[in-house]
Amino acid sequence: MSSYLIKADNVGLEINQRQILDDISLTISAGEILTLVGPNGSGKTTLVRVLLGLVGIDKGALQKKEGLVIGYMPQKLHIDSVLPMSVMRFLKMGIQATQTEIKKMSTNLGVEKLLDQAIQSVSGGEFQRVLLTRALLRKPDLLVLDEPAQGVDINGQQQLYQLISKIRDDYGCGVLMVSHDLHLVMEATDQVLCLNTHICCTGHPEAVSKHPEYLKLFGSSLDGMAVYTHNHNHTHDLSGGVVENKECEGCEHHHG
Amino acid sequence: MDDFIVRALLAGLLVVLMAGPLGCVVVWRRMAYFGDALAHSALLGTSLALLFHINPLLGVFFIGTVISYLLMKLQKKRDLSSDSILGILAHGALAAGLVMMAMMQAQGQRIDLMGYLFGDILSVSWNYLIWLSIVCAGVLAITAWLWQSILAVAVHEELARSEGVKVDRVRLVFMLLMAVVVALAMKIVGIILITALLIVPAASARRFSSSPEVMAIVAMVFGLLSVVAGMFASMQWDTPAGPSIVLASVLMFFISRMSPLKSY
Repeated sequence: MSSYLIKADNVGLEINQRQILDDISLTISAGEILTLVGPNGSGKTTLVRVLLGLVGIDKGALQKKEGLVIGYMPQKLHIDSVLPMSVMRFLKMGIQATQTEIKKMSTNLGVEKLLDQAIQSVSGGEFQRVLLTRALLRKPDLLVLDEPAQGVDINGQQQLYQLISKIRDDYGCGVLMVSHDLHLVMEATDQVLCLNTHICCTGHPEAVSKHPEYLKLFGSSLDGMAVYTHNHNHTHDLSGGVVENKECEGCEHHHG
Repeated sequence: MDDFIVRALLAGLLVVLMAGPLGCVVVWRRMAYFGDALAHSALLGTSLALLFHINPLLGVFFIGTVISYLLMKLQKKRDLSSDSILGILAHGALAAGLVMMAMMQAQGQRIDLMGYLFGDILSVSWNYLIWLSIVCAGVLAITAWLWQSILAVAVHEELARSEGVKVDRVRLVFMLLMAVVVALAMKIVGIILITALLIVPAASARRFSSSPEVMAIVAMVFGLLSVVAGMFASMQWDTPAGPSIVLASVLMFFISRMSPLKSY
């Protein structure tokens, strides 16, 4: 019935007797942006790897649209300088795209000037865009971005987020993005999913303008960014176990 | 020129043709230690082959495959680093090979241990050469056929996997190709120096290469030059052929470092 790209039902995964993912259900549809947030070690990257089919699961089920093409942008990609490779060659590697298509896509993402350079010589921010170009050249139905804004300054993040939402609008692909920031996420996000082994809460982010404290911090224009307010009914103890929130007892009687 | 020298030269040239592109991948993927492990295990393969009266090349290939398989299995556990695992496998196999050889020698079998350790390129027969050319053509064809996938795996395994490259299959085939090259290179430079034949020409080629493919071809050229120069030196000054080839290769590496060309 629904046109999902990828759908996880009660997915669970245990590695070395440690529960990494527990009862995860999510759906990503075409044209939808889902942002994954969560503390370090919360299983974000593992969940991405599960969705990409790089690791198997113990429990639950994973469904993918038939013939789903995923454009994946890994969190880190280090190419040793002993491997001589131009940006162009990197983009061409294993991808069915003509020279013209590559040039056009590179121009769209502003990396056309880098094509003849050695891949090791481009800067971090440029390399992110090269990776994004590569992912898009596969004409993906779903774009999977693992912490694309990590190590990029706030203005760079803003530009990147605007670019990603433009890509979504232009190509109509679904986007799964892992955010390194728990609170400041991409404005165009349709759904935020907070992960800590299990799904802690989900919701929709709000414009930065509603949050005076962020405005004070970053100035008036933070286009492309939004604030996600977590709504947890529990906390985690040091070993990751779930502790029901004390404050929540008797919540029904509290009117605010 | 004597017949046996022509045969030796041809054998050397065929082996470095295979070693060029594979050596580049070894350098890119930092697998030099794996090459060493395969090489060290070759002695065990040879002694097993002598024991069961099969072709030594088959024995070496078989043990190489076993080592590759064990490595993949042990790496999955992730509680030991790859270099430790390789060290254990390599030296375990080498020790087992030496023990077996000694036992067979004690029983009166004549074994040319030095030949295995340092190569015996001058004893190459026409028969061996014919086999070598067929296998060489096969290895080069498979390498060319899988090149894009091998390259993608060398760049980033997970990215390759997510893009539909059959990473495990590519890794397995690559290991088997390595086992073949090691088995064949043993006769040329000997167990101890096989890794040099893989990594030195590739390292020399880096300076002169602007793409992975160019590097593979330049590595072949450096390999060919090393064999010619090494064989020439060996005849001229009556030095052992295998070590002379490796020495020529290493000299070329240092000369390549002095080139004013800027690395790409």
